[in-house]
Amino acid sequence: MNNPRPAILVAVIVLIAGVLLTKLFMIQVADDSFLKRAERNAIQRVVDHPYRGLVYDRNDKLLVYNNPVFDLMIIPKEFQVRDTARFCQLFKIEKEELIDKYQAARKYSWVKPSPLLKAISNTEFGRIQDFLIDYPGLFVMTRSVRAYPQASAANALGYIGEISGNQLKGDSSKYYRQGDYVGLAGLERYYENDLRGRKGVKYKMVNVRGIDKGSFKGGEYDTLSLAGKNVQSTIDLDLQLYGEKLMAGKRGSVVAIEPKTGEILSMISAPTYDPNLLAGSRFGKNYGNLVMDETMPLFNRPIMAMYPPGSIFKVVQSLIGLQEGILQTNTVFSCNQALVKCHPHPNPTNLFGAIKYSCNPYYHQAYRKMINREVSSNTFKDTKIGLDQWRESVMKFGLGQPLGIDMNNEKGGSIPSSNLYNRIYGEGRWKYSTIYSLSIGQGEMMVTPLQMANLAAIFANKGWYYPPHLVKTIDGERSNIPEKFRTKVEVGVDAHHFDMIQEAMGEALMGTANRAIIKDIAIAGKTGTAQNPGGADHSVFVAFAPKDDPQIAIAVYVENSGFGGRAAASTASLMIEKYLRGHITRPALEDYVLAGKFLY
Amino acid sequence: MRQDDLYINKIDWITILIYIALVTMGWFNIYAAVYDEQAAKSIFDFSINSGKQLVWIGTAILLITIIMVADYRLFDNLSMILFGFFLFILLLTPFFGKEINGQRAWFEIGFFRLQPAEFAKFATALALAKFMESPTFDLSKTKFQMRALGIIALPVALIMLQPDTGTAMVYSAFGIMLFREGMPQRYYVLALSFVAISLLSLGIENNLYLAAGVAVIIIGLILIGKKSWQRIAVLSVLGLFVVAYSYSLDYVVSKLPDHQQNRIMVLFNPDLDPLGVGWNVTQSKIAIGSGGFMGKGYLEGTQTKFDFVPEQHTDFIFCTLGEEFGWIGSAVVIGLFMALLIRLVFLAERQKTRFSRIYGYCVMSILLFHFTINIAMTIGLFPVVGIPLPFFSYGGSSLWSFTILLFIFIKLDSHRIQLLGRH
Repeated sequence: MNNPRPAILVAVIVLIAGVLLTKLFMIQVADDSFLKRAERNAIQRVVDHPYRGLVYDRNDKLLVYNNPVFDLMIIPKEFQVRDTARFCQLFKIEKEELIDKYQAARKYSWVKPSPLLKAISNTEFGRIQDFLIDYPGLFVMTRSVRAYPQASAANALGYIGEISGNQLKGDSSKYYRQGDYVGLAGLERYYENDLRGRKGVKYKMVNVRGIDKGSFKGGEYDTLSLAGKNVQSTIDLDLQLYGEKLMAGKRGSVVAIEPKTGEILSMISAPTYDPNLLAGSRFGKNYGNLVMDETMPLFNRPIMAMYPPGSIFKVVQSLIGLQEGILQTNTVFSCNQALVKCHPHPNPTNLFGAIKYSCNPYYHQAYRKMINREVSSNTFKDTKIGLDQWRESVMKFGLGQPLGIDMNNEKGGSIPSSNLYNRIYGEGRWKYSTIYSLSIGQGEMMVTPLQMANLAAIFANKGWYYPPHLVKTIDGERSNIPEKFRTKVEVGVDAHHFDMIQEAMGEALMGTANRAIIKDIAIAGKTGTAQNPGGADHSVFVAFAPKDDPQIAIAVYVENSGFGGRAAASTASLMIEKYLRGHITRPALEDYVLAGKFLY
Repeated sequence: MRQDDLYINKIDWITILIYIALVTMGWFNIYAAVYDEQAAKSIFDFSINSGKQLVWIGTAILLITIIMVADYRLFDNLSMILFGFFLFILLLTPFFGKEINGQRAWFEIGFFRLQPAEFAKFATALALAKFMESPTFDLSKTKFQMRALGIIALPVALIMLQPDTGTAMVYSAFGIMLFREGMPQRYYVLALSFVAISLLSLGIENNLYLAAGVAVIIIGLILIGKKSWQRIAVLSVLGLFVVAYSYSLDYVVSKLPDHQQNRIMVLFNPDLDPLGVGWNVTQSKIAIGSGGFMGKGYLEGTQTKFDFVPEQHTDFIFCTLGEEFGWIGSAVVIGLFMALLIRLVFLAERQKTRFSRIYGYCVMSILLFHFTINIAMTIGLFPVVGIPLPFFSYGGSSLWSFTILLFIFIKLDSHRIQLLGRH
């Protein structure tokens, strides 16, 4: 073999094989990007959404559940219809709409399902179910939306909705994905982590047309979803519904608390809305309408509206005075109307009378003693020191800061500090005569209805409270609710100082709030009037009952309804009777409250 | 009887074993390519391609038997008649063939489809062997070069009428055989430079770089060699020609129909058209590349099973292998092909007659061409050309034609002693 060419050919063959094997090694072994691209091609991550936890009231009545809704889906490739007119009649759809939806579905995918009719109700589904068999390419997909059997407590329960872009960005746990539903307000938001459960993931194989080809590796990497925990609310549904009925057509708040536990029995924000409006596919449209509504139904008044506390604050003043030793039960001041206006009542009075008759000049003088204790010879300095000391005592009553209820956006109200007055008037340029309005709960002082109800609970408990909260158990266990709701808070006033206060509050009703009195149920209460520069004053009333063994403490605000002894006291009284007796013995009073219209 | 013993003993079993191995592996891979877990059909199911391939394999065995028992002199004597017959069939194909994808390359007889261009390959090989067997045939002379190219050009011209560019290209494989038989080296240097320049000019975005490169090489050649005016002139003209060619090639390509243009350009940039022409190459590379070193396991390949690679049971069958058996599996198959091709070179060289040797080289050339182009295209080293991987790809025509091609040579080889006596 002198011819070298066969050897050259063999060399070429080996060279080609070498080139091919090298290139194969490069894409198969040295480069793993193709493996990732293959997985992106053929493996689809399907999220298994868990069943969201249910919400019950304190007596195990259902407040929130998951309602199955049905979407009629269409697969354009398989869809066939002979008689379009009959189809449109059966499925209650306009011909133009059908054509539009079909075109949209085709545009999206020829073989993958698209929605034809969304959120079909249960009954509607029952009606069309039998016809489905005649139309290939149609099938029904089930989803669930939140539903509220009693359409009650909307602001307390809150709502869920699609997660926003900002929330997604802020989600450090990377749990959520675009399109996920999250609690956006109320309990749904605060207890999101308990209610949502845990998503499961299934890895599915799909072919080039996106058609399901079974689970990947027999489901080895799949995780099961875990249903959300059920939540038992502290709300008493019957009481809540009754309160909503009483507050219909009015603007205001009712907060009822079980004093012994801090559990909120009712939390009414009026005007309210039907929570079903914000469930499912109607969310977008209805939410817009509610936001635009002038009556602000989404404004959660019990924790967000702030008013000056008014006369009711005199009780707090009395307690601080007693504890500090500045006031005694027999301390007397005259009703000097030159200091501040008052209304006719026996004069002069001791502390008991001051509470009972709500004497303004009494507290003007008492408060001066609390503020100016002559620790400094400079009256400006003396006022500053006194104010800050007093503020500290007041804040122990849960005022001037959020109570930490299990809802977001709670307002803290405000109790002014020396800094505030320094900012307004300049340091050393204000003294007692500048701030005396605080003595009777007016001036630069704001509280929320929730804080007022908590005050009532403090009066009932004689000096302590549990931070008010809306959830009793999670997953059936009280130990699952946040620790702070199981921790007693002392307000720093000895229990015996409350005895006289409770008596005075009991007697205060006679005269100022006769309507509130219930036969056989001893109520202690205090009226208030929150001044409203823009219109008629707001009617305020706080109370607890029975006086000797308090079961309920309540604060009622009815805006623009004038003196607190009328609308607010009547409402509170009816609520107390409803809760303690289960029924109303005074239909006339009920009619009076129901007829009162201060809003519409 | 003595003669028969002799010939059975002379059969080259190594080649046959490699053939059996490739056909069997091909059959299993065809099943994997059409495998659908949910349909759960057996590999023998005649409603799917693996079942049909089994029929083709069975009939291929029948063809092998016919070839092996036939008189070995038949192929020599019938070569020109067979060639004439297939040219006639090829002539008819564009008129009577069934139109598929704009080509009339197939004859349909009942449920049976045949691709005449596939069978014309072995007839052309036989004709070339017959034509060139004369001792006076000398490829260093232009006259004989023209005759040999003429024989090859006849079927190519007819196939281009269908038009089936891929199959027509295969006939250029005979150039490998002509190389062995003494075709002057300069043609190959010229052809390879031509291909290299073409690839470079298409691959390099800006032809100025190419021109600069050419200028550097030409100046280098002028400086190191004899500095005669004549040589300098020739080299300069050559350089100018190369540059002019690269510019004109770009121009011609830009004037091609879009799909052909894309097929070429996608080779250089598969992301150019990821959902269109680039799809095949991209998906093919994903399938093979995702196989890793050991592969995903038989019937575990998601890309092939779920139809991400088009034509995966025919021209892209190598994807299934690459995905499910990884680099190891690919290496085994490439190794088998390499062994087969080298074995064929060895067998051809041991022939005592020019006829058998030339035919043997024709077989080797065609197989080498198919093997190289097919695998190179699945891994993005060559534009997508619709030609099958021998013995592996699904399809009766291709399996039969490769079987006939190979076994005529095995038959001839087993009679190499007797064939010597004739001359």
